[in-house]
This record gives sequence, structure tokens and C-alpha cells, in this order.
Amino acid sequence: MSEPKITIIDYGVGNLHSLKRAFKFFDVDAAISEDADEILNSDAVVLPGVGSFEAGMRGLKIRGLADAVKTFAASGKPVLGICLGAQILLSEGHEFGVFEGLDVIPGKVVRFPELAGGEKIPHVGWNKVRSPGGDAWNKDFYFVHSYILKPDKNEHIFGRTTYGGQEFCSVVKKDNIYGTQFHPEKSGGAGLEVIKNFIKTT
Amino acid sequence: MKNIRVIPRLDIKGPNVVKPVHTEALRVVGNPKELAKRYYEEGADELIYLDIVASLYQRNLDFDLLKSVTENIFIPVTVGGGIRTIHDINNALRSGADKVAINTYAVRRPKFLSEASREFGSQCVVLYIEAKKQKDGSYEAYTDGGREHSGIDAVEWARRAIDLGVGEILVTSVDRDGTRRGYDLDLIKRISAFSPVPVIAHGGAGDLEFLDKVIMDGKADAVSASSIFHYGDFKIGDVKNYLKAKNINVRT
Repeated sequence: MSEPKITIIDYGVGNLHSLKRAFKFFDVDAAISEDADEILNSDAVVLPGVGSFEAGMRGLKIRGLADAVKTFAASGKPVLGICLGAQILLSEGHEFGVFEGLDVIPGKVVRFPELAGGEKIPHVGWNKVRSPGGDAWNKDFYFVHSYILKPDKNEHIFGRTTYGGQEFCSVVKKDNIYGTQFHPEKSGGAGLEVIKNFIKTT
Repeated sequence: MKNIRVIPRLDIKGPNVVKPVHTEALRVVGNPKELAKRYYEEGADELIYLDIVASLYQRNLDFDLLKSVTENIFIPVTVGGGIRTIHDINNALRSGADKVAINTYAVRRPKFLSEASREFGSQCVVLYIEAKKQKDGSYEAYTDGGREHSGIDAVEWARRAIDLGVGEILVTSVDRDGTRRGYDLDLIKRISAFSPVPVIAHGGAGDLEFLDKVIMDGKADAVSASSIFHYGDFKIGDVKNYLKAKNINVRT
């Protein structure tokens, strides 16, 4: 089997190099690209990202990539959204106003509610995921975020995590499309396993 | 309770990991690539990587070295040393950093902190404070690897930096650094008392009970240590097992 063509979408937000290194760990030379054709010709794409919802969508739109990502996602080929990249897969974001997302998975992105124990927000550090997806998903992963995923449909919740007594959706999944609120590329062996399994879906 | 992070720290000078005492009197303790790999494999939650003479000599840290050290390290790495421009931060991120720690240049030009957090997000910008206790009981922030006075009150500086948008604060006690006499609980407590962002305590780890104390009494969100790991007193797992036995949540 030839090496799958995996593209990490560069839309101007965040550090893509550690993600590229994580793929390289499994001998996959992932491309970093902001070219719509290259994205559409991939076997799988990764939508990374750190920052605000609005900045993320703006970054995609000014590069003319929003439609490309939606088209790719509809093709049935695998998509992995990470952190902000997972959030913008949803319909709308409520960060510094209300902004339209890619609407690939119906739902909203909202701020963490006030936590009973006064725990700090952002939620920074390692936390457990509970998922019906088997052992590989039921591990500790590294999180850093102030906003949470709220899919409209329960069937799209693929992982749950609890912080400060508040349960939130930490993984969304719809068919071929995965979104993790945590950073697999920063989550040691557990995160590498998620990347490895993603490569296997291609 | 949330997980407390255990974070080994590598102080870099030239190609080596060194261990300062009171942030000076350096001793070479090892190779950064080997130590980073060892701590990653032992289960460190993150790494701190600081070029401790870059600011002093007004030069940049060695980005190629950083790149080789972080190549197969898949946990967050906070990098500091001579960071003074947006371009420097970009270089650090491209060389394997996830966050940058800024001390000297933030003291000289505090607005740099807000520019950096606007550009890269608060989660990327860590205020690094080197604090030294004064005769009147207050703490002064030092720069250039603990060598230069700033005349700024360390606790007030933390407060201001939070307003400027930093996402975490790394607090080193210059007095305790390398002494293994315990963290400066008073210092850590004064900052975590009001900080809405995580506080990482450094300086003075020795006995395991010091870590327990700085978490329970000092209210630190993360503990950083160097000597106890570099010299092999404890492995990361020893620290985590100890904290777990004290009912402190850690990732295992």
C-alpha cells in the first residue's frame, strides 16, 4: 500500500509543525497546504488550529478554503479537526459574538459555564476522555481551551470529559469526520495512538 | 480536583543542560536531547526549556538545538530565553515550542505581552518571573537570568501581565533555585491567590513533601523541578505516585 496523502490545512492559526512531526513518527510525510486543489486531492485532511472561532473562520475564508473543507468532508474521506479545528466544524461559535462555522456537524461552540469549584478557565492540562470508541480513546489527553463543543445531536458525541464538575463533549464524530477538543499531537503515547488510527482510516 | 502537572525543566547553556544554584553558579548536568527524551518517556506532563544566558548576552536561543531536542517529544514544550520579538516567537514555534516564556523583554516593554498574546493566543504566552525576597518581605522581579534588578514588585507584575493577556505564569524563586530547600510557599501563594491563569511553581524542589506543600498550601497548578530529576533523586513516576498517595490528581 502506498503512503496515504494526508494534508494539514494551513489557514494561518497555530503551530502546524508538531502535528507534522506526529505524522512523521509513523513515516507519513503530511503536506502542509493552503491550496484548495491540493486539499481536495488528499486521502485525508487535518484541520488544526489554536485561537478564536472568528479568527479561524476568517483564516479559512480569506484563503478560499471553507468550501473546499466542506466538499472534502462530504466526500466520505477522513477529516480530523483538532481544538479550534474541531470547533469550526460545528454550525456556529459564540466567542466574541456569534459567528458561522463550517456546519459540517450541527451544533454550537459555547464558553465553559462558571465552574462550581471555581476551577480556572481555560482548562489547561491532562484529562480523561470517556468514549464508546474503545481503549484507544479512553485515555488522558492534553487540553487547552475556554470554549466547548455542543453538538445538537447526541449521536455526534463520541467522547465526554469532566472538568470542575462540568461534563462536556471532548470528541465529536459524524461518519468519517472526527473532531477532538484535545491535542493528540501533544498527548504523548495516547495522542500518537489517535493519530495512528486516523492514518489507518485512509 | 483537576490534574496537577509535573514539569521537568531544562536550563540550557550552549549545547548543555546546566543546573544553576540561585540561578547562577552553573554546573553541566547532561545532554538536552537525552534528558528531554528520558522525561518524556517517564511520563512528564510538559517540558520547560530555558536558555538561561540568551537575554544576558542579548542573543537568541539556539533554534536548531531546540528543533533537535523536541523532535520526538509529543507533549507541550514551553521555551524561553532571549525572546523579544514576534519573529522570535514564530521561530520558537517552528522549532518545536508550543508556548514561550518571557521575562526580560516583558519587563522592558510590557506591551510585548499583549502583542504576543493577540498574535498567538494567550495559551501560547507564559510570563516568566524570577523573584527574590526583599528585606521588607516583598518580592522583586529580576531579569537576565536572575542577575538584574527590575525595581518591580513581582506580585504586582504578575497581576499586570494577566491583564496584558498572558495565559500562564511560571514563578521561580531565585533564593530557592537549586537549593532543594523547598519552594517559596509565600511567593507562590501570593500570586496564585488572585491568578485566574495557571501558576507553575519552580525553585526549591527537594524532598517530595515540598511538592505536596506547594500544591496544597501554595495552590500551584503545576510543579516544575530540575535538580531532583537531573541528579536522579526521583523519576517522574516517583513524584506522581507520591502525589497520588496524597490524594492529589495526576496523570499516570
